[in-house]
Amino acid sequence: MAPPPRRLLLALVGFLAAAALATLAVAVYEDQVGLADWHQKYIGKVKQAVYHSQKSGRRRVVVLTEENVIASLDLRSGDIFWRHVIEKNDPVDQLSLSLGKYVVTLSSGGSILRAWNLPDGQMIWETNMQTSTASKSLLHVLSNNKVAKDNLVLVSAGQWIYAVSSIDGVISWGKEFTLDGLEIKQVTQSPENDIVYVVGIAGSSKLAVYHLNAKTGEIIKDIQESLPGGLCGEMLLGSDNRLVALDETRSALYIVEFKGESISYKKVKISDFVQDISGTVKLLPLMSNGIIALQSSSTISLLKLQGLNGLEVIHSFDRPAAVSDALTITEKDEAFAVVQHLGSQIEFIVKVTSDASNEIIREKVNIDQHRGSVEKVFLNNYVRTDKSHGFRALVVMEDHSILLIQQGAVVWSREDGLASIVDVMASELPVEKDGVSVADVEHNLFEWLKGHMLKLKGTLMLASVDELAAIQALRVRSSEKNKMTRDHNGFRKLLIVLTKAGKVLALHTGDGRIIWSNLLPSLRASKSGEMPSALRLYQWQVPHHRVMRENPSILVVGRSGADSVAPGVLSILDSYSGEELNSQRFDHSVVQIIPLTLKDSSEQRLHLIVDSNSYAHLYPKSLDALDSFVPEMSNIYFYSVDIQKNAIRGYSLQKSSDLNLDDQYCFGTKELWSINFPSDSERIAISETRKMNEVVHTQAKIIADQDVMYKYLSKNLVFVATVSPKAAGEIGSAAPEEASLVAYLIDAVSGRILHRVTHHGAQGPVHAVVSENWVVYHYFNLRAHRFEIAVIEIYDQSRADNKDVMKLILGKHNLSAPMTSYSRPEVMVKSQSYFFTHSVKAMAVTQTAKGITSKQLLIGTIGDQVLALDKRFLDPRRSVNPTQQEKEEGIIPLTDSLPIIPQSYVTHSVQVEALRGIVSIPAKLESTTLVFSYGVDLFYTRLAPSRTYDSLTDEFSYALLLITIVALVAALFVTWIWSEKKELRDKWR
Amino acid sequence: MSPRRGALLVLAVFLSACLDPAAADQPGSVEGYTIAGRIKIDAASAKGFGLPAKTSNTKVILNGGQKVTFARPDGYFAFHNVPAGTHLIEVSSLGYFFSPVRVDISARNPGHIQAALTENRRVLNELVLEPLKAEQYYEVREPFNIMSLLKSPMGLMVGFMVLMVFVMPKMMENIDPEEIKQAQEQMRNSPVPSFSGLLARANS
Repeated sequence: MAPPPRRLLLALVGFLAAAALATLAVAVYEDQVGLADWHQKYIGKVKQAVYHSQKSGRRRVVVLTEENVIASLDLRSGDIFWRHVIEKNDPVDQLSLSLGKYVVTLSSGGSILRAWNLPDGQMIWETNMQTSTASKSLLHVLSNNKVAKDNLVLVSAGQWIYAVSSIDGVISWGKEFTLDGLEIKQVTQSPENDIVYVVGIAGSSKLAVYHLNAKTGEIIKDIQESLPGGLCGEMLLGSDNRLVALDETRSALYIVEFKGESISYKKVKISDFVQDISGTVKLLPLMSNGIIALQSSSTISLLKLQGLNGLEVIHSFDRPAAVSDALTITEKDEAFAVVQHLGSQIEFIVKVTSDASNEIIREKVNIDQHRGSVEKVFLNNYVRTDKSHGFRALVVMEDHSILLIQQGAVVWSREDGLASIVDVMASELPVEKDGVSVADVEHNLFEWLKGHMLKLKGTLMLASVDELAAIQALRVRSSEKNKMTRDHNGFRKLLIVLTKAGKVLALHTGDGRIIWSNLLPSLRASKSGEMPSALRLYQWQVPHHRVMRENPSILVVGRSGADSVAPGVLSILDSYSGEELNSQRFDHSVVQIIPLTLKDSSEQRLHLIVDSNSYAHLYPKSLDALDSFVPEMSNIYFYSVDIQKNAIRGYSLQKSSDLNLDDQYCFGTKELWSINFPSDSERIAISETRKMNEVVHTQAKIIADQDVMYKYLSKNLVFVATVSPKAAGEIGSAAPEEASLVAYLIDAVSGRILHRVTHHGAQGPVHAVVSENWVVYHYFNLRAHRFEIAVIEIYDQSRADNKDVMKLILGKHNLSAPMTSYSRPEVMVKSQSYFFTHSVKAMAVTQTAKGITSKQLLIGTIGDQVLALDKRFLDPRRSVNPTQQEKEEGIIPLTDSLPIIPQSYVTHSVQVEALRGIVSIPAKLESTTLVFSYGVDLFYTRLAPSRTYDSLTDEFSYALLLITIVALVAALFVTWIWSEKKELRDKWR
Repeated sequence: MSPRRGALLVLAVFLSACLDPAAADQPGSVEGYTIAGRIKIDAASAKGFGLPAKTSNTKVILNGGQKVTFARPDGYFAFHNVPAGTHLIEVSSLGYFFSPVRVDISARNPGHIQAALTENRRVLNELVLEPLKAEQYYEVREPFNIMSLLKSPMGLMVGFMVLMVFVMPKMMENIDPEEIKQAQEQMRNSPVPSFSGLLARANS
């Protein structure tokens, strides 16, 4: 045929491809922020809180959390003024305020001291110190009564003590004590003169007390004393020259008194004065006017020192309870708070140390039941208008949330457990019911009328504050995206998250609000002090046909201790309400959880839990489940990656023949294959598989020259990367010659290595994602000294000759042959690698409902942003000069590095601090996927990797469409009238 | 100070004033070097972007997270106790694109540090890190423009139709009636180029 039209067509296609490329970025306009996305900021469980002084006038509190965050919070609302997330390998131990304008933090075992500007959080200075490692570090800011320009900050760890100027971070003196094995336990300051007391222990029994000159660091006095019976290391030094220390067995207290040069001590047994004390005894850091607090596993006792003669119990509180530090209110007096549980309420008690038997305040506060018990309390006072003292306190709860209580009420609360998410899954919302009963209608009518009355009041500005809040709540509820029912597009879902504290929360995807929360009793700390750990979330029951009336449920698996051999625990929750339906404690450990595709007659998903003795246990434990499982048992294979032994093993199941004969739900495992990597040259860095629920639309890929390539789509494909032992460390540690990275593609059923490739001069950290028939992994190239992302695509060669049409017609093809791991298909592999600018924290790939939409990689960068990168940039068929046909197909010319388009950051201008994970959840609409990324912050958005081709965008202007139609109709009329007139005129002519 | 200490770049004069006292006072030498440098964000380049050019949340990252430090108000930063070798420094600052920097600390030649941007291989004489570009995270909304509406395919089509409807009859009117008649006659005389005619001609 004629060439010109063809050329025209090509040009058109090329133009379209270019246009498509230009629109690759899934950008948002600035005014669209918050329409489909939300961002929530958290800080984590508070471990230390320091209030601003009264004088500064600002109502703020600076907190340090277990997520390594320092933050300044507004005391009135709990909002974050500023916040810094410090890296995990630089743990911040201590926090203090200096000069009323700096926040001083001590991190990395007492070796890094930083000062932050209190109002805006800007770092002012940073000082490095050399200390003995692996010792508890202490920070003490010298209070200065005189009007001095500078304040010294004392830092001590191990045998070292430093004094640092708090203005510029210059070390004014440093001292290493010569006593062997000394560990400094406490640093205090004499209120009258410039003397610093340093208490430490050497070995297990030698007590050493030094008096130092605060200005120069000179030792003025040094007292050493050996205490018989040894010390456990916990001790408190009061300002009145008395010291209390626990002995080695934690059953007796030493009371030590210093008088001039002499030292005298007495040992008292705790059981002599405190009844029924059990478990590990701890000294709580409360010591003023001779009041100390002792914590045992069941009680907290307040004791008063009476010289050397002994102790007197003032009060005993049943745990769970918490005692705050002492807070100076007048020159002589100090106050402290105790919080204890009283049924469903908590009781907030404030006492002064000079008269500890009386209480200043005793208030009952109602709190949410799903917060667990009180863990910590931080007391603060304020001066009321009548000059009396008022008290408020920050209370840290078991689920990591913090509450501010004041005047018997919770002023605000923060759900900071969400800063430590362990696992995420999505769950559907209830279906909107069509049939509505009469009672419902009446109720609804009444509600509707009430709502309209409220709105009317609102517009007439007659509404009270409460009514305004009600109007706002109504608006939120009626707003389309926040409804509590399933929507047609599948955008509204529940994000169910499991936190480190063992709390399960459901967040609405519309606005991120918490729908329900449940602190699981099985994952709460027991009295004996063992800390359970939350592990994973799974879909337990998704009702279909028969059990449609039932609510879906989810499975939570955890361990009853931190150890991997600790017995496991299981809870099943209703995913609409969060109610615990069932909970169970295993008699075996949990090493691996395998959700099966099988279901029993009540639609419960079957799960296999493998314990540390390699037995597999079937759940749910019902005969029904067993019936559906046993026939399929011979088809079930699984593999385990043993990082310690540097091996991967594949297993099958068998009826157990030994030990657990009586337990028919327990199965033995048989090792089928194993791959042992040579430990001297390779260490397993990462293993990754395809997502279980991934849907693939096409098996084949049609390439430009009308050729077909068949994807090797196996659910059993495992990607494993190993690095050479020398390159296993950080980036600066290995030379290019001694570093190498080996990538493997392994079939998990047969143990066959499908592909192996070595990258010389490359090292970890490795991040990988496996989807369809490809793997994308990120590593560091030491030779170029840049990060690289490589892609491997794997194609099935055995199906490659199915191209003959005749064969297809005559049925002589093997396309209908099942994809199986039992056969050994010929595979073909294509790969390519590209430079990538940033370090990567997490990687994921978009998932859509049918798998038709093109994929995007979601890359969590070092800057805590999530970048959406089109898979087309990671196509091994890219070349420097693609042919015309390849261009038509949409192949992008090869460049050595991957482009970073700022508009394609899905997190736009926000950061998900301390990003840990990215989850992509398919919506019902094929073009759209829901992306949830979490770290200390949470971020959720909707993403359409190939634009919303199956629906009108929110951008679509219905008004313009209407106007156009109206204009056309008007034009039609006008022209009709004109033509009529013209005809008439013509006839008259 | 031991010979294996402090290796500052060209900024040594200033840096020694601000860092060295701290370093010199440290008892006992530290195994390693100090990498000190400065981040320079030009406030002018930030215009148009919603975020103020603040350094308070600028993080400087060594070797992909091995050490992380923050920039001071004046932009200076330092890493202490860094062993000899080749290291990578990344800067994370919202709104700016920084190239990672390759830093070589030589063990044989103490105090000698080399730095180069990995993105464009530019060698830095002094460790002053400047953003390669400001990042614009939002699409810029085009203001409503009547011309852009007209230039769109819809607009062009409408324009063409209007032209045909209103201008063509006028043109017809302007043509001399006799000329039209002539043209019509000509049309009648010459055979209509029909498809069958074309075929016949092709065969002949």
